Amino acid sequence: MTTAPVPALRRRPILADNPSVLWALLVLAIVTLGVTVLAEGAGAGVISTSFVKTLGKTLCLCLAAVAMDVVWGYCGILSLGHMAFFGIGGYAVGQWLMTARTYDIVAQSLAGQPLPPTPRELDQAVATQIFGVVGSDHFPWIWAFSHSLPLQLLMVVLVPGLLAGVFGWLAFRSRVTGVYLSILTQGMTLALSLWLFQNDSGLRGNNGLSGLQNIPGLEGWGQDRISIAFFWASALALGLGYLLFAWLTSGRRGSVIRAIRDDEARVRFLGYGVEGTKLLVFTLTAVVAAIAGALYYPQAGIINPGEVAPLASIYLAVWVAIGGRGRLYGAALGAALVSLMSSWFTGGGVPDIPLGIYTVQWTDWWTVLLGLAFVAVTLLAPKGLGGLFDLMPRAPSRRQGDWGPDDGAWRNEEGEP
Amino acid sequence: MRIVLALIAALWASMASAQTLQDLLQADPEAISDPSRRTVGEVLDRLVASGLPEVPTFLERWQAKEVVQRQSDGLFFYGTKEGGGHVLFDVSSGEEVGHSGPREVDELRPNAGVRGVIGSALIQFQLSDPDIARRQAALDAIAKDPAPEQLEPLRASLEGEDDPGVLARKERLENLLAARFEADPEARIAAIEALGSDITVEARAVLNQILSSEPRAADAIPAEANVAWKLTPGSDELPREAAYVMLVEAGLAPPRVTENAIRDALVAALAGGKVGDAPVATLGSDEARHAAYDAIAPARGLPPRISEEEVDAALGSHAFWQDYAEKDAAITGAAERALASAVTRVSLYQAADIALDAISLASIYFLAAIGLAITFGVMGVINMAHGEFIMMGAYTGYVVQTLVPDYTLSLILALPLAFAVTFAAGVAMERLVIRHLAHRPLETLLATFGISIALQQIAKNIFGTQARPLTSPSWLDGAWIVNDVLGIAYIRIAIFVLALLFLGLLLFILNRTRLGLEVRAVTQNPGMAASMGIDPDRIAMLTFGLGSGIAGIAGVAIGLYAKVTSEMGSDYIVQSFMTVVVGGVGNVWGTLAGASLIGILQKGIEWFNPSNTLAAQTYMILFIIAFIQFRPRGIVAMKGRAAGA
Amino acid sequence: MTTLLEVDSISVSFDGFKAINNLSLTIPETGLRAIIGPNGAGKTTFMDIVTGKTRPDSGRVLWGQGGMDLVGMSESRIARLGLGRKFQRPTVFEAQTVAENLDMALRNARNPLAVLLARRTDGDRARIAALAEEIGLLHHLGRRAGELSHGQKQWLEIGMLLAQDPRLMLVDEPAAGMTVAEREHTTDLLRRAARTRAVVVVEHDMEFVRRLECRVTVLHEGRVLAEGSLDHVTGNQDVIDVYLGR
Ligand SMILES: Nc1ncnc2c1ncn2[C@@H]1O[C@H](COP(=O)(O)OP(=O)(O)OP(=O)(O)O)[C@@H](O)[C@H]1O
Ligand SMILES: [Mg+2]
Repeated sequence: MTTAPVPALRRRPILADNPSVLWALLVLAIVTLGVTVLAEGAGAGVISTSFVKTLGKTLCLCLAAVAMDVVWGYCGILSLGHMAFFGIGGYAVGQWLMTARTYDIVAQSLAGQPLPPTPRELDQAVATQIFGVVGSDHFPWIWAFSHSLPLQLLMVVLVPGLLAGVFGWLAFRSRVTGVYLSILTQGMTLALSLWLFQNDSGLRGNNGLSGLQNIPGLEGWGQDRISIAFFWASALALGLGYLLFAWLTSGRRGSVIRAIRDDEARVRFLGYGVEGTKLLVFTLTAVVAAIAGALYYPQAGIINPGEVAPLASIYLAVWVAIGGRGRLYGAALGAALVSLMSSWFTGGGVPDIPLGIYTVQWTDWWTVLLGLAFVAVTLLAPKGLGGLFDLMPRAPSRRQGDWGPDDGAWRNEEGEP
Repeated sequence: MRIVLALIAALWASMASAQTLQDLLQADPEAISDPSRRTVGEVLDRLVASGLPEVPTFLERWQAKEVVQRQSDGLFFYGTKEGGGHVLFDVSSGEEVGHSGPREVDELRPNAGVRGVIGSALIQFQLSDPDIARRQAALDAIAKDPAPEQLEPLRASLEGEDDPGVLARKERLENLLAARFEADPEARIAAIEALGSDITVEARAVLNQILSSEPRAADAIPAEANVAWKLTPGSDELPREAAYVMLVEAGLAPPRVTENAIRDALVAALAGGKVGDAPVATLGSDEARHAAYDAIAPARGLPPRISEEEVDAALGSHAFWQDYAEKDAAITGAAERALASAVTRVSLYQAADIALDAISLASIYFLAAIGLAITFGVMGVINMAHGEFIMMGAYTGYVVQTLVPDYTLSLILALPLAFAVTFAAGVAMERLVIRHLAHRPLETLLATFGISIALQQIAKNIFGTQARPLTSPSWLDGAWIVNDVLGIAYIRIAIFVLALLFLGLLLFILNRTRLGLEVRAVTQNPGMAASMGIDPDRIAMLTFGLGSGIAGIAGVAIGLYAKVTSEMGSDYIVQSFMTVVVGGVGNVWGTLAGASLIGILQKGIEWFNPSNTLAAQTYMILFIIAFIQFRPRGIVAMKGRAAGA
Repeated sequence: MTTLLEVDSISVSFDGFKAINNLSLTIPETGLRAIIGPNGAGKTTFMDIVTGKTRPDSGRVLWGQGGMDLVGMSESRIARLGLGRKFQRPTVFEAQTVAENLDMALRNARNPLAVLLARRTDGDRARIAALAEEIGLLHHLGRRAGELSHGQKQWLEIGMLLAQDPRLMLVDEPAAGMTVAEREHTTDLLRRAARTRAVVVVEHDMEFVRRLECRVTVLHEGRVLAEGSLDHVTGNQDVIDVYLGR
């Protein structure tokens, strides 16, 4: 038995093992500070409030993408349902935002009456205001907690956690894997969005929730400052989420998670509970996606069932794939790049290309370009954009291979500079 | 029959020959020349009772405003305008009797109400009219607006009816009328009971009419009341508030003071920032408002509030029941039984109808999914662009239709063309993309998704967002209708036949041809197949082409019955996946089983919850997720080592 | 000596083909056992059944003193009870380093929470280093397992098996792809391991089996054909028939 220090076994802190985490957080911090300084809210006014919101939303999408990367790129579960969890988070927080704000409005409008309104009158007026569009005048049961911010924030975590937990438990227990699992998650997403589309689901059917950009209690702030606050919150959430997932995918737990991705049957023979681990990763990432959604929708201002549709979740997978699976910064990069490019192209930011008889209008052709770009990335660059970082010149790495045929000699160590 | 009729008419005529029609009319000329809706019945009765053969003709022409009255002598004629005056015809013989100058005759213009009454008097003649179309028209008129007095003429006309179809219709109508209007309770009950085997909407409408009832409240249920069922205040059927309102409306309890009334009263009593002794600011709760109201009510002469206890007491001391409009319990009882039996029969037919719907839906899912199943089974590839191949097929059909105006011909051209187009697209996709992603199923899934969104957008750019019609040839329009409940559109039958054809074709290709043998070899053991000289690449390409080609055909079929839009593929893709997953991969029978299950399930759920297709789909997906628990590999699971791969 | 594993008349068939036919076998607490048999005899299937990968159509697999029935238990539960397995085709996690492969296999708490919070201790490090030295991969610890040669992967899998420190080791064809020296090393290793635990080795190579110097079970068409010392079974007429072909 030897106790000679083996380089591959040297004890190192997690961050030293993953220098990319530090880089990613550094970039995030710089972006956050830069945007803050340049934003309207801080006086510089180089970046408009609506663009600050776009950037804040992008950060939330990055967080969802990082979560997606963990569940897919690390754990091998191609979930086509994480945007559904994202949406649930948005709905949960939206319920409070809408209720609280409508209360304020209704209270104001009732203030002019000779008698102060009773709680019952208030409730009814609020309910009519919110649910009038679906022909109802009382709060459905799913709005039971909508009066309380803490409870509703709890729902942001609890509802997706529970849904992912139950769904995951059923799916993993019956050992549905691979493409089957993807389709099943897609089915779950479809079921959820169809349910939301119904008027009697209690979430205002296809009207969705709106007016979410008005934060009750912060009326005095103005959208320019609120946008910065949410931008910061999103950046913080992304940073923390990134750290959480960097931790989760490191060490032995990370090994096990990746091992499940590569050969889950073999992991079972090592005695690890594959189902439990998958369930943990699935649920945890679902909850993080929901948190991202809870931060996203107050910046977007509106949420409707279309945002939960299966397509959204597939797009999330697309971002991760373009950015580079199996590396957290890749996922974030992909989400940021593709979603910003999308809004740039579809927002008319890119000049049309006249081809004589036909003019290529990017609002029409961007999706085509994206689809084809996506095929090209999967075909030609399976590592995604993140793979570009592998091409960067690095400090000469430790030689890890064998130096010669004679095992047991210490030439490996001797060979080290 | 006509001879019999003529004989009867002649007989009647000879018996009443003492009087001519003109005599009859002259008995009360006012009633003819200036009839009102109320009085005309009497004249009509008299005319009909006379049994003169020319009466029906007279009535018809009277109704058609073709009768004139000569001013000079008050005689009635049929008149046709000619020049400024009229040509006059005798009302009995119909022969021309002379001309009249301008303003010598008055045209009779009975108003619409009168014409209606004349019409219903006419019905009894029309019911025995030699012209079958008129008899049918008369029956339609009765069915549309049944009345008690039609019963007898209808019965009378049964005997002479020689057309079996019309006779059946008459008998049914007679039954319906008897059930509603028969005076003799026994006979009426018999008629009602006979309706128990009638599944038409009309029959059920009659029964429901007999069973019409309304909620009642009283101190106790009166002995003469025909109680449909008792009501319990506070139940879903009769909420507490509604029950109390009934008492109030029946004058059995004082009205409650509503919260709004309280508020208004308080506002009215508001003085100096106070209501009575209570400062306004404290009136922000129901309790405080109640207290303030109670305090001011006696002095201001306001009605006292009714407490919950008083409401309960009032509700408890009264009886509530649903009261039949028909007072004879024997009749309502018979109607209830008949309705129950009719409803049972209707449900059976409805079940059959749903089954037909389910089969046609299953055929569509089968067509949509089978291509997917083949590619998935043979290559382990999930083709997310499959839905877009369906769309391409549908648009191919649309383009063909714009070029070839004949719908039948264009359909015959479109089917192979759609197959060819999507076959080519499938082969291209396999060669360019899928081949390079071998053994990376998840990445294939995503790459094909990229193709899917690109194709969808391209279609949108070319064809626009609005739906394009794909019109089916006229021989596919319409439906095969068994009865009021059971029926199926021909187009659905055609799709079913198409699905059967493809089932047969695929079974033939897979089990009886060299290609099928090779495909099965590659499915079961690609390595071994390759070493035996089968080129897996070629097989993959052909299979993919075949699967995509069928999607194209499915597109034409679906386009005929739904709309052609750039998004139609995505409407079917998830269901197709589900079909494949539920059915089991790589097996035609599996897909058939999956499609049937999903089709039946979706229709079955819709049956229980008919108003809500969205909910049906939600439940269906939940069911599928649960189903996977028990059969993770689908209904028709592959066994052996291939399954473990 | 007490029994560790008792396989009690198990049968399994695939699409009507009986791969295991009423097979019974007992394995004592410690010591080596070799299982030989022609291709398709059902050796690997036997291991599949014991480790929970395949469910037998009938029969019981009893484990340990208490006689717990392993049939129907999940693979991971069985593994946690102390059954370790090396596959016929080396299966290691190719995307991960040798050190990570060994680290995962180390005998440690396996419940999800413990795994989540696990940190690699100095003890773990020492053990990985020792194992790596034993299997000759000390200088390859930082390499990805996918880069290893076939023989090295075999070694790595044996190392992972040792790292698990199971009570029963099921070793399917360990010697394939090894040099003569390595085979000797392997036999040494297995014999050493068998001092404190039960080791079942499946092997085609008779020389290898001979060097194990242990009881041999001959499997044929899913049944036990003969059992005893190698000399005894090779003298058995049935066995000779099976190997030479009738
Ligand atoms: N999942 C399965 N499905 C179908 N047949 C199987 C399956 N597993 C094993 N078999 C069959 O069972 C028989 C026994 O296989 P097994 O792998 O146990 O043989 P073996 O003794 O290990 O042979 P070898 O020495 O070649 O490894 C073989 O004929 C094999 O084809
Ligand atoms: Mg074997």
